[in-house]
Amino acid sequence: MRLEELRFGTELIKRGFASMQKGGVIMDVVNAEQATIAEQAGAVAVMALERVPADIRKAGGVARMADPEKILEIMDAVSIPVMGKVRIGHFVEAQVLEALGVDMIDESEVLTPADEQFHIEKSKFTVPFVCGARDLGEAMRRIHEGAAMIRTKGEAGTGNVVEAVRHMRAIMGEIRALQGRSPQEIVDRARDLEAPAEILLETVKLGRLPVVNFSAGGIATPADAAMMMQLGADGVFVGSGIFLSENPERMARAIVEAVNHYDEPGIVAEVSKGLGDAMRGLDVHTLREDEVLQYRGR
Amino acid sequence: MDVKIGVLALQGNVSEHIRAFEGALQEMGFPGERVVPLRNADQIPDLDAIAIPGGESTTISRLIDKNGMYTPLTEFGGGIFATCAGMVIIAREVDDPRVHPLGLIGIGVQRNAFGRQKESFETDLPVKGLEFPFHAVFIRAPVAVSHDPGVDVLARIDAGIVAVTSGKHMALAFHPELGTDYRLHRLFLENLGIF
Repeated sequence: MRLEELRFGTELIKRGFASMQKGGVIMDVVNAEQATIAEQAGAVAVMALERVPADIRKAGGVARMADPEKILEIMDAVSIPVMGKVRIGHFVEAQVLEALGVDMIDESEVLTPADEQFHIEKSKFTVPFVCGARDLGEAMRRIHEGAAMIRTKGEAGTGNVVEAVRHMRAIMGEIRALQGRSPQEIVDRARDLEAPAEILLETVKLGRLPVVNFSAGGIATPADAAMMMQLGADGVFVGSGIFLSENPERMARAIVEAVNHYDEPGIVAEVSKGLGDAMRGLDVHTLREDEVLQYRGR
Repeated sequence: MDVKIGVLALQGNVSEHIRAFEGALQEMGFPGERVVPLRNADQIPDLDAIAIPGGESTTISRLIDKNGMYTPLTEFGGGIFATCAGMVIIAREVDDPRVHPLGLIGIGVQRNAFGRQKESFETDLPVKGLEFPFHAVFIRAPVAVSHDPGVDVLARIDAGIVAVTSGKHMALAFHPELGTDYRLHRLFLENLGIF
C-alpha cells in the first residue's frame, strides 16, 4: 500500500476520533502527575492546561494557551489522547498546538477570546476541534465551521452544574421541538437560530447533533456527571471538580464509574460514598456579568 | 436462525456497532432486534457473538476488570468481533502494562502504532476474502507485530498486520462500523455459521 494513497484529517477521521471518546470522562490536568492520576482513574483523554478554570477565574488577567513545554510534559506522561485549549478565534495558537501533536483542540471560552467576531475556520486543520455551545444555534454554527465535537458550555470553574443543565436541556429540547416539523418550517427556524439550514435539517432527522456532544462546566460530583448523561450527553468534561476536591484520585474514579453506570442509581450511590468534600461551589448568580465565561463567543 | 449479538457498552463507539450489526443482519435476511448493548457479565452466556468496539483500550480494559467481565469474556464460547481498541484487548500480548488483554487471539499488538491523532488516516485496503478493497478508517490505531501459525492474516500494511481471524474471532485495527459497508461484519457472521 502506498503512503500517498492515505488520506489524513478528513471529516470522517475527525468525527470518528470524537466518537471514540463516547461514554468517557475527559479531565483537566495541569501537570504530568495529575495526567497520570487521570489516566489511572480511567479518563479517556486529558485536557492539558496551565491552570484549571477555577484558578483562571481567580487569577484574572488574559488567559492564553498553555506553555508548549507543559503540554509536551503531559503528552509524554500518558498514552491516552491529550487535548489543549486555545483562545476563541486564535488560529495561530491552534496551529501551534497542531504542530506539537495534540490530539484535539478546544476553542474555549474559558480562555480570554482573541477575536470578537470570528471563530477559527476549523475545517482547515488536520486535528479535530471541540467547541462550546449554549444552545442549538451556537452548536450548528460551530459544526458548520468544522467542529468535530460540541461541548455544552456550562459555567466553568464554579462547581455549580446549573448552567450545564440549562444548556443541555436547551439543545436537546430544541431538537425534540423541531421533530415532526416540515422541512420548510425547519429552514425557517434555522433563520431565527442563525444556523445553517442544511446542518439543522440533518440534526432534526438524526434526532441528535450530528457530532458527539459532551457536557462541561460545573460538574463536581458523580451524581452531577450521571445527571448530564441522563439528559443526553455522550460523555463529560471535568475540570476543577476533581483536583480541587478533597481526594482527587477517588473523585476521579468515582466520576468515571458514575458515567459508565449513569442509569444505575445503586452504583452511583455506591461510588458517591465518603468522597470527602467536593470542590467549593460558586453560585452563578453572584458573578458579575464580566465574570461569566459562557457569554464569550456566539 | 435466531442469533443474539452483544456490543460491549463500557465506553467508545457502541451505537455505531449496534447499527452496523443490525444493517449486516438485515442484508443477510435476518431483520429484528437481536443486537443489544452488553453492560453486565450475566448477559454473556445468552449471546452468540460479542463486539468489542473502538474507544480507549486502557479505559475499556480497566472497566472490563472493574465490572467483573474479564473471566466471563475469556470463557465465552461464541465469536468476538474486535475493532481498534478491541483488537488490543482481545490479543495475547500488548506493549502496554495498563491493558489486561483477554488473550483470545495469538497476536502481539502495539498500541497507537501510527502515532497521534494527526497521523490517523483512511485508505482503501485489500482484505483477503473480499472481492474489492475495504475503505478502512484508522484512528490512533494499533497493529499486530507478531502472530501464531493458527492465526489467519487478512490484511497488512507497512506498519504491520491490521486484520486477522482466529477460530470464531475476528480482529481489525480499523473501524468498519463508521461506514455503511458491512462486508466484514457479514464475513464474521458467516464464519460463525450464520448466513
